[in-house]
Amino acid sequence: MKPHTLSVLVENRAGVLSRVTGLFSRRGFNIESLAVGPCEEPGMSRITIVVIGDDAQVEQVMKQLNKLIDVIKVSDLTDNERVERELALIKVTAEQGTSRAEIMQIASIFRAQIVDVGAKTLVLQIIGDTDKIEALEKLLRQYGIKEFVRTGKVGILRGSKTVTGGK
Amino acid sequence: MKTGAKILVESLQREGVDTIFGYPGGSVLPIYDELFDSPLRHILVRHEQAAAHAADGYARASGRVGVCLATSGPGACNLVTGIATAYMDSVPMVAITGQVPTSMLGNDAFQESDITGITMPVTKHNYLVKRTEDISRVVQEAFYVAGTGRQGPVLIDLPKDVNTRSIKDVPLTEKVSLRGYNPTYKGHTRQIDKALELIAQAERPLIYAGGGVILSNASEELLGLATLFGIPVTTTLMGIGCIPCDHPLNLGMLGMHGTEYANFAVTESDLLIAIGARFDDRVTGKLDTFAPHAKIIHIDIDPAEIGKNKRVDIPIVGDVKSVLKDMLASVKKKGVYDAWLTKVRHWKQHHPLKCKDDGLLHPQYVVRQMSELLQGDAIIVSEVGQNQMWAAQHFCFKKPRTWITSGGLGTMGYGFPAAIGAHYARPDLPVFDVAGDGSIQMNIQELGTVAQYKIPVKIAILNNMYLGMVRQWQELFYDRRYSYTELPSVDFVKIANAYGVEGVRVESCDEVMPALKAALECEGAFVMDFRVEREENVFPMVPAGAAINEMIGGHSR
Repeated sequence: MKPHTLSVLVENRAGVLSRVTGLFSRRGFNIESLAVGPCEEPGMSRITIVVIGDDAQVEQVMKQLNKLIDVIKVSDLTDNERVERELALIKVTAEQGTSRAEIMQIASIFRAQIVDVGAKTLVLQIIGDTDKIEALEKLLRQYGIKEFVRTGKVGILRGSKTVTGGK
Repeated sequence: MKTGAKILVESLQREGVDTIFGYPGGSVLPIYDELFDSPLRHILVRHEQAAAHAADGYARASGRVGVCLATSGPGACNLVTGIATAYMDSVPMVAITGQVPTSMLGNDAFQESDITGITMPVTKHNYLVKRTEDISRVVQEAFYVAGTGRQGPVLIDLPKDVNTRSIKDVPLTEKVSLRGYNPTYKGHTRQIDKALELIAQAERPLIYAGGGVILSNASEELLGLATLFGIPVTTTLMGIGCIPCDHPLNLGMLGMHGTEYANFAVTESDLLIAIGARFDDRVTGKLDTFAPHAKIIHIDIDPAEIGKNKRVDIPIVGDVKSVLKDMLASVKKKGVYDAWLTKVRHWKQHHPLKCKDDGLLHPQYVVRQMSELLQGDAIIVSEVGQNQMWAAQHFCFKKPRTWITSGGLGTMGYGFPAAIGAHYARPDLPVFDVAGDGSIQMNIQELGTVAQYKIPVKIAILNNMYLGMVRQWQELFYDRRYSYTELPSVDFVKIANAYGVEGVRVESCDEVMPALKAALECEGAFVMDFRVEREENVFPMVPAGAAINEMIGGHSR
């Protein structure tokens, strides 16, 4: 059992997401992360899904995904050279004084941006892989995280290889 | 200008549809108004589930896409079991449902159900049509998707306002093109050559043929391959009919209620050629001990079936007919299997299926008499349970598409309505539904349909006043604690008569053939209530979780 990052190219139509996620839920898989958006082809969307499962189970889900009429291409990025990124917004308690300064220092070490400054809170924006985001979250926990929002992971292959049209 | 409903009916006609099975209701009123003076034949069933099963039976008997129609909400929901049945057995079907007007979608309107959501896991694809302009394209796509690749049911949900709106005709493209759907038909040449090499090298090859052979109309090619090499053939429940039962190479059905000789052959074979089959748990029993000495060649149109349950040595993705044709055209050398065939013949001779000859009325006897009378020139449909297994074991099927049964989903109540559909597909053949007293009562209301349209479906109820298959398991594995499996006696002849259908009760062996002949000669539907031995079991049997050569109730144990 290990996390698999799947890139799924789909028709941008009503119901596609539930067709795709339905194939995971009927097998009892929990989707760890999910990101969807339009892509380079007009009328298509790309879904990046992270699931934990053994290789055979994931292979079976991929084959089933391929059978969906609205799915154009499915790739498992896991064993390939790839770039994976996620964006997170973290609203952290930051009273005037030392804690606020400390948080700003941590943000700068992590190259996180402060995108909102409130009277009692700061909102940090961080982009990175899962480890980096979770490391920042861990450090900020002592100040009190009021809200933590993540986009879900997106991934792309390194080099000229692509996950594009034609099954 | 044309209404959506008119466009729908014209689109169905363009797809070559001649018969629809359906049930009207509020949201499909515009469609029914169109059907009123359309050349399309509509059969009014008594329950929407029967419409779906009838469309399914029509499709299985004819090889063409079956069509059913129901109203929104409860009507659509009642189709679901029938759609799931078709999905599990890869039956091409288009189900059309009414829906509340688009402005009310999602508002819990009267008779609203999210049928595209509900049927997502049991359809190959489905559509909620929100624009009248899309109807003709969607119908064209739906028939294409249902009837190509690994076939399956497709649902089209049509809101009422989409059907009533009038638009100008929309021109259609000649060919459907879906960028996410490109089934593979032609098998890979190198893989085919490798498979042929393995076959030539093998000493104990066995063909394991499934429903894919029937669906792909490849029985002739299958028989060609089997006879060219001299390879014995065992079929799954769904594959029955792809080789004549009396063919010397036929080993009958394998699996849980298969023949002993088929299961022995699987266990000892050194090369298993799986053709259009999917290694279902009712076939394999304990997976690790299924074909333990065999290399496996797997031919299937669905890549997702390859390696799903069992590791495969030579996968060939493609349409069974096309692959078998290519195989037959590329044969270079043949193998020598004489010792193997002698062994298989020996098993076949010494482990035949049993039918007691003690003068009592056994269900197997009824099926054998039916087989004797009909000589394979009939369509046999079954319900689900003991009746289904006895029919599969003891009827001698000679042609493909003459055996129609719910294999994957195992839907009780399937047989009678499916038999109605089969009749419209093949009006030239007598259609018999082999039923149990449990199953027949799940859709017995269809007596109304066969009476109304004078549909000559013959129903043979193997009546043991039990839910027989469950009772059998209770007897064997639950200390004979018959928990809720006993059914009181029902006078099925009286029920039939009440609908205006003829019938006869049969209580002894010598009444069997006269009853069957009376049924065959009767112009309309006919009900035979066979009062069979109550605690008869289906044997041989592989207990759940056992290896398939460890059968009980056969000759070995």
